[in-house]
Amino acid sequence: MTKLARFSQSLTSGKLIVIGVPMAWFLLLVAIPLLIIMKISLSEMEATSVSKMISWTNGLPTLKLNFSNYQFIFSDALYVKTYISSIKYALITTLICLGIGYPFAYFMARAPKHIQPTLLMLIMLPFWTSFLLRIYAWKTLLVSNGVINNLLMSLHVINAPLDMMNNSFSLTIGMVYSYLPFMILPLYANLSKLDLRYLEAAADLGTSPFKAFWLITVPLSKAGIIAGSMLVFIPAVGEYVIPELLGGPSTLMIGRVLWDEFFSNNDWPMAAAVAVVMIALILVPMAILNRAEAKLEEA
Amino acid sequence: MSQASNKVFANGWMAAVYLFLYLPIITLVVFSFNDSKLVTVWSHASTRWYSALMQDSDLLSAVFLSLKIAFLSALMSVFFGTFTAFALNRYTRFRGRTLLSSMSTTPLVMPDVIVGLSLLLMLVSLQHWLGYPQRGLFTILLGHALLGTAYAAVVVTSRLKEMDGKLDEAAMDLGAKPLQVFTLVTFPLLIPALVSAFLLTFTLSFDDVVLSSFLSGPGYNTMPMVIFSRARLGLNPTINAVATVTITVVTIAVIASSFYTSHIERKRKREMAFAYSDANN
Amino acid sequence: MATAPKPQTDSKATTKEVLLRVEGVTKIYDGTVKAVDDVSLTVNKGEIFGLLGGSGCGKSTLLRMMAGFEKPTKGKIFLDNQDITDLPSYQRPINMMFQSYALFPHLSVWENVAFGLKRDNMPKDEIAKRVEAMLTLAQLNKYAQRKPHQLSGGQQQRVALARSLAKRPKLLLLDEPLGALDKKLRETTQLELVNIIEEVGVTCVLVTHDQEEAMTMASRIAVMSEGYFLQVGEPDVIYETPNSRQVADFIGNVNMFEGEVVVDEPDHIIVKCDECTHYVGHGFTGNKGMAVGVALRPEKIMLSKERPTGEYNWAEGVVTEIVYFGDHTTYHLKTTNGHVIKAQEINNTRDLSCGLTWGDHAYMHWNDLAMIVLTH
Repeated sequence: MTKLARFSQSLTSGKLIVIGVPMAWFLLLVAIPLLIIMKISLSEMEATSVSKMISWTNGLPTLKLNFSNYQFIFSDALYVKTYISSIKYALITTLICLGIGYPFAYFMARAPKHIQPTLLMLIMLPFWTSFLLRIYAWKTLLVSNGVINNLLMSLHVINAPLDMMNNSFSLTIGMVYSYLPFMILPLYANLSKLDLRYLEAAADLGTSPFKAFWLITVPLSKAGIIAGSMLVFIPAVGEYVIPELLGGPSTLMIGRVLWDEFFSNNDWPMAAAVAVVMIALILVPMAILNRAEAKLEEA
Repeated sequence: MSQASNKVFANGWMAAVYLFLYLPIITLVVFSFNDSKLVTVWSHASTRWYSALMQDSDLLSAVFLSLKIAFLSALMSVFFGTFTAFALNRYTRFRGRTLLSSMSTTPLVMPDVIVGLSLLLMLVSLQHWLGYPQRGLFTILLGHALLGTAYAAVVVTSRLKEMDGKLDEAAMDLGAKPLQVFTLVTFPLLIPALVSAFLLTFTLSFDDVVLSSFLSGPGYNTMPMVIFSRARLGLNPTINAVATVTITVVTIAVIASSFYTSHIERKRKREMAFAYSDANN
Repeated sequence: MATAPKPQTDSKATTKEVLLRVEGVTKIYDGTVKAVDDVSLTVNKGEIFGLLGGSGCGKSTLLRMMAGFEKPTKGKIFLDNQDITDLPSYQRPINMMFQSYALFPHLSVWENVAFGLKRDNMPKDEIAKRVEAMLTLAQLNKYAQRKPHQLSGGQQQRVALARSLAKRPKLLLLDEPLGALDKKLRETTQLELVNIIEEVGVTCVLVTHDQEEAMTMASRIAVMSEGYFLQVGEPDVIYETPNSRQVADFIGNVNMFEGEVVVDEPDHIIVKCDECTHYVGHGFTGNKGMAVGVALRPEKIMLSKERPTGEYNWAEGVVTEIVYFGDHTTYHLKTTNGHVIKAQEINNTRDLSCGLTWGDHAYMHWNDLAMIVLTH
């Protein structure tokens, strides 16, 4: 078949439209914006607009690349510290979510079949109600004259209010709270598919339940663990709303730095450079996530 | 550990997680009926913050804007999400498939601030070239629709995967042209998935604050933007009232829809069982 | 002759009208995997043609090319002398009854059957008439308004048949038509299916992995393996005169003896094997000294405790296994050189007639037309 014939055939069968529409949509809204952000990160802010990368002098184009934003990010101790601190919080959040979520997903997958849909719905329900309002709710719980402190003081458990707000504790609680369902859902999907006969076979061959858990259940749910962890870790690195509402001024998160560069300092190229470095940091986790999801699909 | 203590441990663990998940929500609801101006100190029950909410024109107009954006962006999300799911599932081999599939999952995991910033910079460049679009409702809509498309594609994909590909072939075999295959067979079978994709993307849009903040222009404040700016300043009882209304509506909708689907499923199982016993008599 | 068997020409093809002609069709996936390898065949009007083979033998790919879901990499397909190779499936006067039926779950039985007719823009009253007739044919009238999930497996199968016959296709394709039914239901459904097909008089191509299904339903069978036809012929020909060790082994049970032709006469040959010497009562195309296989089906072997008198066509062994099937019993006998031979006895009385038990020494014998000499 000639190329032309194949082309006209794919046109009539609608293949071109079905592929072309989403392709154009995502190219315009994902690929091009990411290229533009890279481009702008290499320019600098001039009075009201961003400097041009290509300028015309005597009819000849001159390429002007400006790496000063990146130089600044890597030489300034505060930026480096903020990136490290973001990764630290994201990592802690991921580990706590895994620690809470794995047993939970495991128990949920072992619960009687007829109540599992209800248990699942109860996990999804907070997810459907506003994320912002739920973070706000933690603020009312954790502040020094908040619900928890008031309760503990009226019960005379404590005499002075606990300092739980605007620090790393409140930030971590808010992050774990928001991202926990993202950990539980892939783990549950994975664990509920696990064939229980493997465990029976292990028991039959003389393995204790505890050992069977580590030797069979955990290795078979590896893809779920990786997918869940990455689904928590990646967005947590760039989280803005939770540190802004619960973290106070002392907790360093890169999402806030980006926001401030953009909205307060109006330095778009700097904000873009901060974003590009953040993308570079999450590229590897994203690749791991893609592989884990492909594996989950195979199963 | 014995069987029974295992069970106690499992149930305890699950109860603790559910408590953790629902404690903030319950607090929000309870204190929305608190008369005191101090959000966290209970005085006595009242509905004064609901009356205050009814007079809060800033917040109310933000709610209507949010509903409008959520409705339109959910429609767009379902439209483009369905295309994406079809392209990725019905055509397993074409050039650029990997590109499309990774672009479609990017908005799912990429931090909101990056999606928001990159979209805004793209739109500003576009405006520089074409004089269009102005920042406002349309740009927010685009951002939400992008995020929604990614989620809708996941929902539709999972339904397409369950669906028997043989049904399309059967329709074609009986003389249906490709477009008829879609309108007569694939689309009707997809409707439940499209409805849940719509609801999910509606909620995502109604909930978003970061993308809206980047993409909005003067005079376009969505409900989450208003709540966020108030919450940054401190605690505010009207937020509890808004929260309670939102939570009530969503909870009723989610529970009703899950009852409906489980009812359909049970009916179906009964009918199947009946068909077999009927045939054997 | 170690080459692949040449495509068989069928004697009936010249006397009957040809409906479907497949010419040198090859299907290659991903540039390397040959699913179908240079297959040619003709199907005559009114016959049920069976494609038989294990999974991955290419039978389904061949069927899908006939239906128009796959394009051949090479070769042509003709229907009524018209080249349909590049015709999309929705324009072919061919309908298919799908494996596990593919009934539209959102449409009623009536709407399922009417689906194809509506695509032809047939007038409404005519559609109604045709659907009613199809439902009557398949005894489904009282289920017309039900949805597929409200039907039993057998009923669903009849809906699938009615739907695929409604457009009066020139050719009906059946993809494992009984595969989704349990064993007991199969026999009655199979009869119903053949009756309806014969009543309508439609030409069929049947794909199945079940040799019993192919034997009982098809008027001719093609045995497929690794993308090409091993043998094409009537069921009894395939069973009694397989053309290769592979076909003999694939269809039914068989005992294979390897030996050498020691006497080659026009009316008989003698093959010397380890366990015994075969006297075959017909000639063969080959010569003295040639290594051949002698295939002997278990049901053609008789057992006795006394030593047969003749020189040829018997062997002795020790009973190592007795497998009871109800209607017959299969005995496994081990010869002195370790070869296990299976013999099948009909249980025509209620006690096990042979009186043989494990460890008994017994003799097997057969007549001189019971075996087939295979050269490849």
